[in-house]
Amino acid sequence: MTASPIQKMAEKTPPGMARNIKGLSDRTIAWIFVAPTIFLLLAVNIFPLIWTIRLSFTNYRVNRPNKDVDWVGLRNYERILNDPDIWNTMQATAHFLLWTIALQVLIGFALAYLINKKFKGNDLWTTIIVFPMMLSPAVVGNFWTFLYQPQIGLFNYVIAFFTGADPASFSMIGDVHLAPWAIIIADTWMWTPFVMLICLAGLRSIPDSIYEAAECDRASKWRQFWTITIPMALPFLMLAVLFRGIENFKMFDLVVQLTGGGPGNTTTLTSIDLKREAFEKWRTGYSSAYAVILFVTVFGLASIYVKALNKVKER
Amino acid sequence: MSFSVTEPTKGTKWFAGVLVVAYAVITLIPLLWIIATGFKSPADSIAYPPVVVFEPTLEGYVNLFTDRTRATEDMLEAAGPPQTWYEEIARERGTVISGPSRYGERFLNSVIIGFGSTALCMILGTAAAYAFSRFRVPLKDDLLFFILSTRMMPPIAVAIPIFLMFRNLGLNDTHLGMILLYTAVNLSLSVWLLKGFIDEIPMEYEEAALIDGYTRFQAFYKVVLPQAATGIASTAIFCLIFAWNEYAFAVLLTSGEAQTAPPFIPNIIGVNGKDWPAVAAGATIFLVPVMVFTVLLRKHLLRGITFGAVRK
Amino acid sequence: MKNTHLTSVAVGAIMASGVASTALADGHATELTLCWAAWDPANALVELSKDFEAMSGHKMNFEFVPWTSFADRMLNELNSGGQLCDLMIGDSQWIGGGAENGHYVKLNDFFDANGIDMGDFIPATVTGYAEWPKNTPNYYALPAFGDVVGWTYRKDWFERPELQEEFKSTYGYDLGVPETLQQLTDIAQFFQGRDIDGTTVYGAAIYTERGSEGITMGVTNWLYNHGFLYENPDKPYDLDGFVNSADAAAGLEAYKALYDTATPPGSSNWYMGENIDAYRSGQVAMQMNFAFIWPGVEADEKVGGGKSGYFPNPAGPSGQFAQLGGQGISVVAYSEKQDAALEYIQWFAQPEIQSRWWELGGYSALSAVVEDPSFVQSQPYAQTFLDSMAIVKDFWAEPAYADLLIPMQERIHNYVIAGEGTAQEALDGLVRDWTEVFEDEGKL
Repeated sequence: MTASPIQKMAEKTPPGMARNIKGLSDRTIAWIFVAPTIFLLLAVNIFPLIWTIRLSFTNYRVNRPNKDVDWVGLRNYERILNDPDIWNTMQATAHFLLWTIALQVLIGFALAYLINKKFKGNDLWTTIIVFPMMLSPAVVGNFWTFLYQPQIGLFNYVIAFFTGADPASFSMIGDVHLAPWAIIIADTWMWTPFVMLICLAGLRSIPDSIYEAAECDRASKWRQFWTITIPMALPFLMLAVLFRGIENFKMFDLVVQLTGGGPGNTTTLTSIDLKREAFEKWRTGYSSAYAVILFVTVFGLASIYVKALNKVKER
Repeated sequence: MSFSVTEPTKGTKWFAGVLVVAYAVITLIPLLWIIATGFKSPADSIAYPPVVVFEPTLEGYVNLFTDRTRATEDMLEAAGPPQTWYEEIARERGTVISGPSRYGERFLNSVIIGFGSTALCMILGTAAAYAFSRFRVPLKDDLLFFILSTRMMPPIAVAIPIFLMFRNLGLNDTHLGMILLYTAVNLSLSVWLLKGFIDEIPMEYEEAALIDGYTRFQAFYKVVLPQAATGIASTAIFCLIFAWNEYAFAVLLTSGEAQTAPPFIPNIIGVNGKDWPAVAAGATIFLVPVMVFTVLLRKHLLRGITFGAVRK
Repeated sequence: MKNTHLTSVAVGAIMASGVASTALADGHATELTLCWAAWDPANALVELSKDFEAMSGHKMNFEFVPWTSFADRMLNELNSGGQLCDLMIGDSQWIGGGAENGHYVKLNDFFDANGIDMGDFIPATVTGYAEWPKNTPNYYALPAFGDVVGWTYRKDWFERPELQEEFKSTYGYDLGVPETLQQLTDIAQFFQGRDIDGTTVYGAAIYTERGSEGITMGVTNWLYNHGFLYENPDKPYDLDGFVNSADAAAGLEAYKALYDTATPPGSSNWYMGENIDAYRSGQVAMQMNFAFIWPGVEADEKVGGGKSGYFPNPAGPSGQFAQLGGQGISVVAYSEKQDAALEYIQWFAQPEIQSRWWELGGYSALSAVVEDPSFVQSQPYAQTFLDSMAIVKDFWAEPAYADLLIPMQERIHNYVIAGEGTAQEALDGLVRDWTEVFEDEGKL
């Protein structure tokens, strides 16, 4: 990782250096630069979060404006944590999360690796590969229902063409075993380019000189891959995993359009479940508690992960 | 042309090229299917089994931009012969055009909100990233993580309080409200990416500028900004893609005035059920601006992320 | 919407009576926004409303929201006291919440003052769309669009001699409009996987949608006819033994059997739009759908023009019922233009407007329109519509209807589509869920 030495140098720069020259002090400039961002985030993210936490201890319901709001203590939390259905949605989310990340990192990295071989026209093809992630996830979900239709969609006919299976013999979104894969395929189709771009950035940041040195040491290409390419690209890979992990933990639009959470509850991810509680059942207090639990979960996981990421970066 | 030992061999390049092109072609199929569906007639769009060869028509695009009513005989008589080519297309289906559809408005909303929030996000994000990169901000690591953590909240989770808050401030269903919201959501990604870019701009440039008598501000916009331009451009693409395509907040927080296109497109209905060609046409048109933006900034997108690496 | 003429309306003076009787042409031109679902009849209403605009000078704006997000969006709007909509054509199940939470203006005085008599409308629509509490003369809406679940079938396929012959020899009765749900299932199974003109076709497209209300609107047609009751007829909110009776479970099993044996592959999340697509593309012999689609079927180039027939939901062992759809039109209590909104309702209730409404494809709920001798002849599906409206039943219209609908969607979908547990377990679970809701509501 080339950033870290520079970064360290940057931090070593005496912060008072500029202050003595002219204009505002660094400290003031730092605050002027950071304050709007912090203010906006406080207003749009943190304030609502505090509000959510407050609501989570009540039985408030937005659709019952005339009803008294009572404090119910931790009852909402108890109810959620004892609800087996919620654990099922957590499981569905975990399955979705693990597989999408695994596939996207694998394919995304492989593509980046290949593109980094700088074959003729790699620029053009990279741009083409990036197109799916420019679509709206809601539109993608919507269209994949169409593609997955065994009768009028394309997907089954393409599979049938390659495998010889009857296109009517399987249904990607109708089958409880296939539906979790249907959403994984659609998400992977859409977001692999994102992972690819980050990986490509990582690969291109590796200086040629390191490979040249390795060549001189007669290290095999295979060995170079494992001792240079992977370790040096690892921070980028981890960043890609972090962003995709966070995004897919929140996954709503694509899946809600694609399967609506079905069949049964097989693709009911936590966000879809939460949306039902909050905006269909209007159990505001209850769903606030649900939201807090989700937030604590993702925040906790991400904190651990970012610590690990920083360790890798420092190496 | 360098003769570096790291330059891949011809065979490797060829092999890599074939694999990448194969992937690109496969990944393009669903996209091409969407675009093709936009030029199908309603009957062809749901043909069973699906058709690959069809007679292209602009009906989907006409339906996208108009509202139509199924016409009774006397209505047809009163309306007289069709005046324009698009009226003719509508008339062939036994309908008359009753007015323009909402798609235009929704699209314009998306332009205002998408580009507005991207611009604001770049201004705030670059400033914050610069500060984090160059100064000893107290609790820097915590603040950075705090910024990142704001992206972890499921939109659904914060939608209710945001809705109530926006209503009190009169921001509900307004462009400004949505711009602020999308900016806030995007800031975390921008600050993170931009900090990386700015970290990689050598301090020496600024130091030289400062010694030459520039103020910090001048050094920032005369030295750092031009150097960070590629990074800003590629970050802007990511922000735009998100804001342009966002659905959950849009569907929950906007109703009429400021509703963007994503909640609108999947549900375009025609005179008989869902109008798949119009949906596809809407999706295609909606893809164009962000596609153009990306292709124009392609160099920045692909090279930008590598900016500042030691390799020159 | 921009309220450009706010000042022209004195908010305080808008009591339902009096003001509206000052009649249509009276002065203050304003802009009204009418909210409804985005669907075929809405386009027709835009056309119809041009007459109102010309007459009153008011400008009509429309906010049409797709069915799948209609309830979310509009209930959100009402719950937040929003002023987007002056007029709301809200779903029949919202009436309880609309009335109890004060979202809708009570219309009794207005009706009395303007000679609008609920007795002039189809009784089922008055109960279904306008009254709260049910079966009391408290009106919060004017029946606007009558709708009911019914069936469309491929008459051209049913009439093929070779198929008729084969069917008769297999099932022992003639292939035709089914009289019972069992016959319908037989016919659907007969067509399932059959080769017709070189393509494989399937039996029936039925409602299976998970996200909003789809599968509930479908399965109730089986449940009612097998003896399912929402509550003890003698004791409100007493559910056990009525919702989950053995007969009800049998009905649920029959619906699953139909899904498993006679529906197109992949039809696991289908509602109105998907069923229409399947039918129009020639995948299925029959489709379950609300009556609103019939004008579109009749006009379709592929399946219209006499190729399709229509029939009401067939009888089951415990009677013949059909799921009610449709909506009433209400004045939103938060609107600042209530008098103009009432003008619209007054205009809409006129017999000549109602008859034009039917002409344009809107199902009028006015008895004078549907009882007119020419009505039955006017469209091939007119008789089926009348027959269906005579046997309607509706889902809960309680203020907590959404809370009641969600567990039903989940329990039924889990059993019918995902195959989890048994029918009895699904309905037992539903009783538990519903009991909890009514306890929360303080009704139990």
